[in-house]
Amino acid sequence: MIDLLSRDFMRYALIAAVLVGLTAPAVGTFIVQRRLALLGDGIGHVALTGVALGFLTGSAPVLTAVVVAALGAVAIELVRARGRTSGDVALALLFYGGLAGGVMLIYLTPGGSTASLNSYLFGAITSVTQQDVWVIGALAVLVLGVLAVFGRELFVLCQDEEMARASGLPTRFLGLLIAVVAAVTVVVAMRAVGLLLVSALMVVPVATSQQLTRSFRATLGLSMLFGTMATVGGLTSSFYVDVPSGATIVLLALAGFGVALGVGRFVRRSRTRESTP
Amino acid sequence: MHVTAPAARKAAVVTTPFRMTGGRVTLDGREVLRGIDLTVTEGEVVAVLGANGSGKSTLVRALLGLLPLSAGTGELYGVPPARFRQWWRVGYVPQRLSVGGGVPATVREVVASGRIARQSRLRPTSAADRAAVAHALAEVGLSDRARDPVQALSGGQQQRVLIARALAGEPDLFVLDEPTAGVDADSQRMLAHTLTGLVRQGRTVVLVAHELGPLEPLITRAVVLRHGAVVHDGPPPAAVGTHALPGHDHVHPHAHGEVEGPLPGWSDASLGSRTENLDR
Ligand SMILES: Nc1ncnc2c1ncn2[C@@H]1O[C@H](COP(=O)(O)OP(=O)(O)O)[C@@H](O)[C@H]1O
Ligand SMILES: [Mg+2]
Repeated sequence: MIDLLSRDFMRYALIAAVLVGLTAPAVGTFIVQRRLALLGDGIGHVALTGVALGFLTGSAPVLTAVVVAALGAVAIELVRARGRTSGDVALALLFYGGLAGGVMLIYLTPGGSTASLNSYLFGAITSVTQQDVWVIGALAVLVLGVLAVFGRELFVLCQDEEMARASGLPTRFLGLLIAVVAAVTVVVAMRAVGLLLVSALMVVPVATSQQLTRSFRATLGLSMLFGTMATVGGLTSSFYVDVPSGATIVLLALAGFGVALGVGRFVRRSRTRESTP
Repeated sequence: MHVTAPAARKAAVVTTPFRMTGGRVTLDGREVLRGIDLTVTEGEVVAVLGANGSGKSTLVRALLGLLPLSAGTGELYGVPPARFRQWWRVGYVPQRLSVGGGVPATVREVVASGRIARQSRLRPTSAADRAAVAHALAEVGLSDRARDPVQALSGGQQQRVLIARALAGEPDLFVLDEPTAGVDADSQRMLAHTLTGLVRQGRTVVLVAHELGPLEPLITRAVVLRHGAVVHDGPPPAAVGTHALPGHDHVHPHAHGEVEGPLPGWSDASLGSRTENLDR
């Protein structure tokens, strides 16, 4: 552990891992509650176009990715809210458009090749710089701040949108807010696990804690714990064994799900046994 | 629970929770509501009846402003829904097969969400919030299930959770969309009991139902829909059979003598206008 922390790049990577491990599942809990588990995937694909746009224009890919991902998220939410096209078809269209757009833009970039997209597609957390840590930190604080302030309203929206409207909540604003927050989260998590695996970090820890919890609040808290365990655990293992960090993080999260599935079954069975007279 | 009378009733003016004039709703190019004229005055207990697909749910959603009107006007407490701000006055129990959400939530969490219209963004949950939630849970007989995930409850119990959610907001106007559909006899009796209490307090109830069952004696007015139009508006259809049920309480809120006692502050003016409405 000592030699792990003695390297600057590892310290930055660890900070990034904790931030990502906390934020992605926190937002994910609301997204899953809203039954939009695949939203993160859709946004992730769109963000790729943003990254490539950064390369093409010579600006920071993280910034262009945030902007494009947020626009994509708004588009998804608007299509969903109007209910004309079915939501999953709209999402699928964005998947393809985002991926193809990214590849096309990289091809147009002088000296660019799809290889330069690899670290964004699959994550390269150990390449995180001090400046990246500041950007990721600011975005993570923004995301968690929004959830803290609007959490109660977002819970009602994600639980029952019609009820939210009949309670006078600004549902259109809240829907756009959670979509944009998800987009920011995708970009925050992009460096750790890559755009193709981002959604896993938003969904898998939530699915894991669901096996063990009864309340929304507990699911939220536990998923943040599981998310952090996966990102920190994955990063540490990839330091000692030569394996890619992003894939390790996601596989660890999935392994956690497998364990929780077994434990949850056992717990529920003993609970029912207790309560049956 | 409701010690204070709803503010509006203190004023001598009769308030009008719902008013719709020539209301039309078009869904997917089909006219589902075809020119509805409906006024619900405070303290009425209105049953919206009709066959499946006759437009009952569409009507209550349009009355609440959850669906836009393609023609005509609607008002909630005298204000178009888009400009209505006093949402804490409205408690809506939507037609649901189950309580939604992809993540577990406890019965208490869902019921507590009924307080949202009374809470401000940065204020933490108050003692009044907690008391109202506890009371609502007790009212529907789910206090002992408060910490269980709603997903683990039966259909009838989940329906009770949705009713408790509306009760928790302590609204003046209750809108219930088929709260009795697919619900066991126990839950139906519980609902009749709860509604009796609300009616005694002079609250307004609009209830969509397929058949009234034990709720029948509470109803002061029936609105029957067919193919998106009102075909009957007046006294509820004569009850056949229900009166013969054992344990049937004769609570008829529209009979003066019975209601005057438990309803202080119910002015003669409001009763008069209610009668007018029935006769229309
Ligand atoms: N979202 C919708 N899009 C198109 N048609 C709808 C929609 N919702 C309801 N309808 C149609 O409107 C009619 C009335 O529906 P509804 O108000 O739910 O009836 P009820 O509640 O009386 O059973 C039905 O014929 C139904 O098919
Ligand atoms: Mg209906």
